[in-house]
Amino acid sequence: MQVTMTVNGTEYTREIEGRMLLVHFLRDVLGLTGTHWGCDTSNCGVCVVWLDGEPVKSCTVLAAMAGGHEVRTVEGLANGAELDPIQEGFRQCHGLQCGFCTPGMLMTCRALLDKNPDPTEGEIREAISGQICRCTGYSSIIRSVRWAAVHEASSAQEEVSAQ
Amino acid sequence: MQVPAPFEYERATSVDQAIGLLERLGSSARLVAGGHSLLPMMKLRLANFEYLIDINDLHAELGYIRLSDDEVRIGAMTRHRELLESDVLAGVFPIFADAEKVIADPIVRNRGTLGGSLCQADPSEDLSAVCTTLDASCVIRGPGGSERVVTMEEFHVGPYETAVADNEILTEIRIPRKSFKVGSAYAKVERRAGDWAVVSAGAAVWLDQGRIVDARVGLAAVGPNTTGIPEISAALRGHEPDESLFELAGAIAARSCDPATDTRGSADYKRHLADELTRRTLRKAVERARS
Repeated sequence: MQVTMTVNGTEYTREIEGRMLLVHFLRDVLGLTGTHWGCDTSNCGVCVVWLDGEPVKSCTVLAAMAGGHEVRTVEGLANGAELDPIQEGFRQCHGLQCGFCTPGMLMTCRALLDKNPDPTEGEIREAISGQICRCTGYSSIIRSVRWAAVHEASSAQEEVSAQ
Repeated sequence: MQVPAPFEYERATSVDQAIGLLERLGSSARLVAGGHSLLPMMKLRLANFEYLIDINDLHAELGYIRLSDDEVRIGAMTRHRELLESDVLAGVFPIFADAEKVIADPIVRNRGTLGGSLCQADPSEDLSAVCTTLDASCVIRGPGGSERVVTMEEFHVGPYETAVADNEILTEIRIPRKSFKVGSAYAKVERRAGDWAVVSAGAAVWLDQGRIVDARVGLAAVGPNTTGIPEISAALRGHEPDESLFELAGAIAARSCDPATDTRGSADYKRHLADELTRRTLRKAVERARS
């Protein structure tokens, strides 16, 4: 069957099997290997991408289901060489060690900040509760999200002052 | 790599068009909504279908929570997140938010639906217990626009088996409202955050001038089906709620259920949980009905 979807702003049309999962479509068909593929059972959360602006576990979504819809992956976070504040936060606060969970964490945390620009530690922990990190013990991930929240707030403030 | 066996993918554009497809394809086809129960089962080849009919585009038609004086109607495509975040629902039946907070995780809740959860008919499924507690009925639509309404007891035929026929769709859940003060609550014991229940319990209590007009308890994971316990309702009606009454209800719950010893715990432990969770949820439900 043929599927057409928009991924990070670019429209792709490909011939696929109906049973192909979105994670494999992104990685194997489009070559977007930033999205990781982990437990295959919607438990670990490394495969989180956005589907129409909502984080979903792409190992449990058919590629065909994304047809006609918009997908955003970790490759779509940075603006050229300029990192998204959530990426910069993970860099500044050591939000990763091995990096396997990071793409999924980044997508979930970006969605959280878009809905709630000033999340508490509890709200961050709840937001990432469907994702597993075996390196950080989560504390540095929480600091990373807070870093992004604080820096987004202050740059928004600067923009207001500049006007 | 886990992938389902090959199937043909179809996409539904309306409820009636989906029923048309089901009529043509029969038992070789299955509807898929959020897919977070069905796709894992298909990956494990526990479920195999020649056709999958994607009904996610029916969210516009079947994703709603409507409140009227005598009932709440919830569309089958309403997603977990929408049930959790609904102020309307939290106002009348906070049991939904209690349960949704402990169903899977926030990302899974973005996809999973009320109808999908009920149709999965897993004996440990939380929303089935919620609907049983609230005496909900299920609206099932079939060919030619025909519609039938069944109780939760009729809906659950057995584990993973419902009253929905091959050419039908569950479209709506209806929950009756009574003109009394109502309180409801849900509690679950799980081994890990977001896991299936070891045991969970829901309770709803209706009060009139301090006395229980009606009370219902629904248990999950303690038998082949989500179980409502009429004996508890009978024991509680007409009384003023107090600890001894909750204790009695807990004892009835423990002896009325039929849990199995498995990796989640022994049958004895699960009976103990059925007792304790029945007390806790009744206590909370009464507290909410009074406030």
